[in-house]
Amino acid sequence: MSRLKSFCALCLCLLALALHAPAAQADAASALARFAEDSFPETAKAIEELGASGDARAQIILESLAAARLFVDPASRAVYWRTASGVLHEAASGAPVATPPAGLQPVRINNRLRTAIQNELGALTLMAPDPARRRAAAESLFKARDPAALAPLENALKAEKDPAIARAFAQARAAILLASAGASNEQRIDSIALLRARADMGAIAALRSLHESASADAKGLAGDAVAAIEGRLRLMSHVQNVWYGLSLGSVLLLAAIGLAITFGVMGVINMAHGEMVMLGTYVTFLVQEAFRAHAPAWFDLSLPVALPLAFLATGLVGIAIERGVIRFLYGRPLETLLATWGVSLILQQAVRTAFGPTNREVGAPSYMSGAFDLFGLSVTWGRLWIIVFTLVVFGALLLALKRTSLGLHMRAVTQNRRMAASMGIRTPWVDAMTFGLGSGLAGIAGVALSQIDNVSPNLGQSYIIDSFMVVVFGGVGNLWGALVSAFALGVANKFLEPLAGAVLAKIFILVLLILFIQKRPRGLFALKGRAVEA
Amino acid sequence: MVAGAAMMASAGAPVMAQETIKVGILHSLSGTMAISETTLKDVMLMLIEEQNKKGGVLGKKLEAVVVDPASNWPLFAEKARELITQQKVAAVFGCWTSVSRKSVLPVFKELNNILFYPVQYEGEESERNVFYTGAAPNQQAIPAVDYLMSKDGGEVKRWVLAGTDYVYPRTTNKILEAYLKAKGVAAEDIMINYTPFGHSDWQTIVFDVKKFGSAGKKTAVVSTINGDANVPFYKELANQGVKATDIPVVAFSVGEEELAGVDTSNLVGHLAAWNYFQSVKNPSNAEFIAKWQAFTKNPKRVTNDPMEAHVVGFAMWIKAIEKAGATDPDKVIDAIVGVEAPNLTGGVSKMLPNHHITKPVMIGEIRADGQFDVVWQTKDLVPGDAWSDFLDGSKDLEADWVGKKCGNFNVKTGKCG
Repeated sequence: MSRLKSFCALCLCLLALALHAPAAQADAASALARFAEDSFPETAKAIEELGASGDARAQIILESLAAARLFVDPASRAVYWRTASGVLHEAASGAPVATPPAGLQPVRINNRLRTAIQNELGALTLMAPDPARRRAAAESLFKARDPAALAPLENALKAEKDPAIARAFAQARAAILLASAGASNEQRIDSIALLRARADMGAIAALRSLHESASADAKGLAGDAVAAIEGRLRLMSHVQNVWYGLSLGSVLLLAAIGLAITFGVMGVINMAHGEMVMLGTYVTFLVQEAFRAHAPAWFDLSLPVALPLAFLATGLVGIAIERGVIRFLYGRPLETLLATWGVSLILQQAVRTAFGPTNREVGAPSYMSGAFDLFGLSVTWGRLWIIVFTLVVFGALLLALKRTSLGLHMRAVTQNRRMAASMGIRTPWVDAMTFGLGSGLAGIAGVALSQIDNVSPNLGQSYIIDSFMVVVFGGVGNLWGALVSAFALGVANKFLEPLAGAVLAKIFILVLLILFIQKRPRGLFALKGRAVEA
Repeated sequence: MVAGAAMMASAGAPVMAQETIKVGILHSLSGTMAISETTLKDVMLMLIEEQNKKGGVLGKKLEAVVVDPASNWPLFAEKARELITQQKVAAVFGCWTSVSRKSVLPVFKELNNILFYPVQYEGEESERNVFYTGAAPNQQAIPAVDYLMSKDGGEVKRWVLAGTDYVYPRTTNKILEAYLKAKGVAAEDIMINYTPFGHSDWQTIVFDVKKFGSAGKKTAVVSTINGDANVPFYKELANQGVKATDIPVVAFSVGEEELAGVDTSNLVGHLAAWNYFQSVKNPSNAEFIAKWQAFTKNPKRVTNDPMEAHVVGFAMWIKAIEKAGATDPDKVIDAIVGVEAPNLTGGVSKMLPNHHITKPVMIGEIRADGQFDVVWQTKDLVPGDAWSDFLDGSKDLEADWVGKKCGNFNVKTGKCG
């Protein structure tokens, strides 16, 4: 299939070459000479010349330039491009080069040139065999609104078979017609109707750039269309806020879910909880480093592999903290608070010494990067997976508490420690396991949070307050409470943020929470447990 | 315990004091700011070691005294006092955040010592005991905005000023807002947004930026977002598909070190304004990078702008001591104005009477490998201006520690203070 495609492309190129050959040769040669100048204005001219030359190499040269894979040999002033797979070609002849000359310098570009390349490539790839590229070409022409692209766009529109891409072409043409001085009144009015149907932010931008020579009639229609789209977007923005709120809520819940066990169920004020999350992110980092070094092709698997490892590692650290420090302090909340705070400082500094104070890079696997469009709502994959992951973890934890013997023992010890002990349950062992479970959960939260936050020794501090907030608001000792409270806090925050700004929104939420706790000291869903009895 | 240690130190002092000149290093090695400041401690140790290999200064070796103020602002003042009164340092190189600098100011004034401050800051200050080797707003923020307004920068007409909620972004944005309005930008074309320290959920704000940018005019974001909040911000920009060709983001606090934790392949073309980039091709820079990577035993270790500021500041201090023939702060303060030292980008920086230095201004675009391509730079070095010319309260103020012996001389009333 791909061979067929490249064959077709080759035919097209040959045809183009046959038609333009002499002029094109000259243009391309002068463009290549301009690249060797290493000055932005010369490179800009070269891009324009290449785009207009109709030369077969124009597309690959421009693509290489955009990807920083176009090089100049300062000695001979010859230009080379390197394919994505790493093969160097000499641009003048198009032939591959076996031994690259020493001292090749990349041709530098800036944002203005990047835009110019996009526009030229847009015109060049309108007829590309790959539908995704034709669509991308339509989008870049839609944004650029360059009148010169009108003629090739018309041709492409006539040839296009795919209705969705034909619509994208028509929208791009409409945007160009609106912005150009030469369009007729009917053309403009048709274009406005077309863009009104597109109904997104890009359409508003295109409608707002209606040329000033337009009739009062067209101007009025464009204004109406902008108002209509804005009304629709305003409605959408509420849906958007709910989505952002759920996404923020899932992050809060993920960070707090371990604390809901250690603080909520066991009643330990664990200030080192955030550091467990931080340790989880560093486990992810180590796993990814191992993948990068030994199996880069399987990089997408790094997160699933990191999950159990992070759970085990932080769980063991948690058990060590419980056995080493906390078990001597049960029933003394103030000492526990201070001791665990000390532990958190020790862990932070230990990580800082071992890994350095700077951020570490944790990459996003392919399924977690980018976004897709859902009825005008932009949904990022990373956030979607985090919500799904949070709910899965929550469900698994509920099952573990309800259906496993450890869960049964945990609930028994929480409700009545002495009676549980006299029934033969080893309460110290249950304490250690429970604390380990809570810490392990924080660790797997770290795996997910490494995707959206810094991997640095300070990561834990930014989650500790939010985590306590979620648990206290939800009702200490109640997992469902934590779920409801995390999503409620998330959504409330996201509705307040556009109105009051991020700083004030946070303050409002805290004030509301304090007032709420005054009214209901045990949170949304109060449970009987050791913590409330104490 | 402390007294005992001090006594022991003073008992050993007669021998030691003859031999060394002490240099205080006041950078956080733990807490939130350790991420940025630890590097500066290391670069100072390297510079001191190098100077000692050359034989020190005035025939004496230099001795570094490192303390850890732990990102705790009042502790900065305590540690500064300890350095000056107990350790008797000749000068201190330190601080990162403006609030830490403000916290140590009274100590340096009271005990009459010298502070070299290496970070870009909001200006509106000039003190006799402080030398500002980082950029003032006219050496970073204003040229960056000028670049974006130019044809090469994309002729930006609409501006988002986004920052962390504290003194540096607030003052810088105040200056920028006044500057943009003076340039004829309408109030509705400026959006100002502040976020708390360490903000990690950027979905709403990035979406708002996209919405603000859809008005049919070229839009850019000027970011004074600080430290840890940058990584989630850039990750969200990449996720929501905000490309540098649509809405470029120019940052004042994001350098090579900060980008070390980010996958930059989706951020290519976003900008930063600094006075130094690691990618600048220059023999002295290449030599510095090689020395730094050898010193830290890490061939991938990056360099950044505040490090260069320490390099320049330290060289100026050494020259001033040689010129004055003494390390006494009063003599050094008088001698250092007018001293020149080569920077790492090929120019020669000079200490000005307002205690700021001349610097080149560069705009860099992020590359896929986490480094920057310099796409624009000033022809000459720009002298640092302590008091902004675009704010009502400060446009009549001048700092001159040579002629007028005053940090805030009002040229209208002809009075100091």
